[in-house]
Amino acid sequence: MTLSLLLAFAKASGGEGGGGVLSPDGGLGFWTVVMFVLLLVVLGKFAWKPIISALDEREKKINESLQAAEKAKEEAKKISEENKVIIAKAQEEAQQIIAQSRKFAEDLRAEHKQKADKEAAERLTTAQKDIENLKHQALNDIKDQVANLSVDIASKIIRETLDDVKKKELVNKYISEIQSN
Amino acid sequence: MNNPTANVADTTAIADTLHKAAEGGDWIIHHVMNEPMFANDLTFFGLFPIPITKHVFFLFVVSFLMLLVFPLMARKYKKSLVPSGLQNMFETLIVFVKDDIAKPTIGKGYQTFVPYLLTAFFFILFANFLGLVPYTAAITSNISITATLAVFSFLVTQYGGIKHNGFFGYFKGLIPHGLPAPLLIIMIPIEFIGLFTKPFALAIRLFANMLAGKIVVYALIGLIFATVYMIPLSIFMTVAILLLKVLVSFLQAYIFTMLSGLFIGMAVHQEH
Repeated sequence: MTLSLLLAFAKASGGEGGGGVLSPDGGLGFWTVVMFVLLLVVLGKFAWKPIISALDEREKKINESLQAAEKAKEEAKKISEENKVIIAKAQEEAQQIIAQSRKFAEDLRAEHKQKADKEAAERLTTAQKDIENLKHQALNDIKDQVANLSVDIASKIIRETLDDVKKKELVNKYISEIQSN
Repeated sequence: MNNPTANVADTTAIADTLHKAAEGGDWIIHHVMNEPMFANDLTFFGLFPIPITKHVFFLFVVSFLMLLVFPLMARKYKKSLVPSGLQNMFETLIVFVKDDIAKPTIGKGYQTFVPYLLTAFFFILFANFLGLVPYTAAITSNISITATLAVFSFLVTQYGGIKHNGFFGYFKGLIPHGLPAPLLIIMIPIEFIGLFTKPFALAIRLFANMLAGKIVVYALIGLIFATVYMIPLSIFMTVAILLLKVLVSFLQAYIFTMLSGLFIGMAVHQEH
């Protein structure tokens, strides 16, 4: 069978019928040239050129996008670092402000206290002075009253019981006593 | 050989095929051969016949499919640069031909030759795959077609070489430098023949691979005629060979394109 296949193949290839796969076929060659040239021209213009340019464009676009993304990433990193610095600075400033205001409040309180203390002391001294004065006055008043009263009592006693001589002696004695007081 | 007609002579078609099988291998040849279809009397201005045979018809089918698929695909890129659906598959192949075949084989200035290599690659690929479809013909298993393709590769190669190195520079560059004068008498014919053997090998390789696959498939089916008990083995082996042919279809398109690129590269950059 193999032999007969080969024989048949050789017969078919011999170009006797013109349909053999091994025999040159001018008509088929002609149509192949026509169709292939048509394909080259039409596809070259309407398929390969736009497709390849689209692929190149996409490649360019992807590269650009990647670069832009990289750039944006770096920028974001820079900004976040800057933000960190700013936040740290702001925190420091806030701390400073708090400390300052605390100190200010403390100072104010101390000043107020000092002022109040001073005022209280002043008031105390004036009060003491007033008390002293009043006391002095009261004492003087009492002294006067006592003197008047004693004079009145004495004069009453003298008028009723003592003679002139004894009166004199007594008056002197009292006077001296009062004076010595 | 048993006489299978006694077992399966139900329909006249089978009987006919079996009759042919009994005659020998003629039926296999009948299946791989070109045959007349329409316009059998068509001639090229009366100089030579150009009938629309079976292979010419499927040549038209392949060309029509290519003219349909790729311009449509190109239009899709105008809407969006992001591929979708089938576009992904063809884009992968286009990028493969452009970056993995044309770029490494041709090198600098490869862009000029990408359209030719793409056309050749997809022409062979479409023809090979169409040949796997039942009731069609694999036009790449016809030497007239593969030879024409090889002639195109040859012409593109010469064009590239002459354009890049100048007419005299190109043919001078074909001969290695620093050869003693007597050797030139041998080297000039050898290099001249070498120009033509390259495309000749291209044509034979593609044609022989595609035809061999077809004949093997028919031969395996033919095992059924030996004895009906061969049917399971025959079917299993036929399916296996058809799967192999899917691989070969792609591989031959790749090899033809890659070698064409290599020859163009050798002609363009002669210093290598």
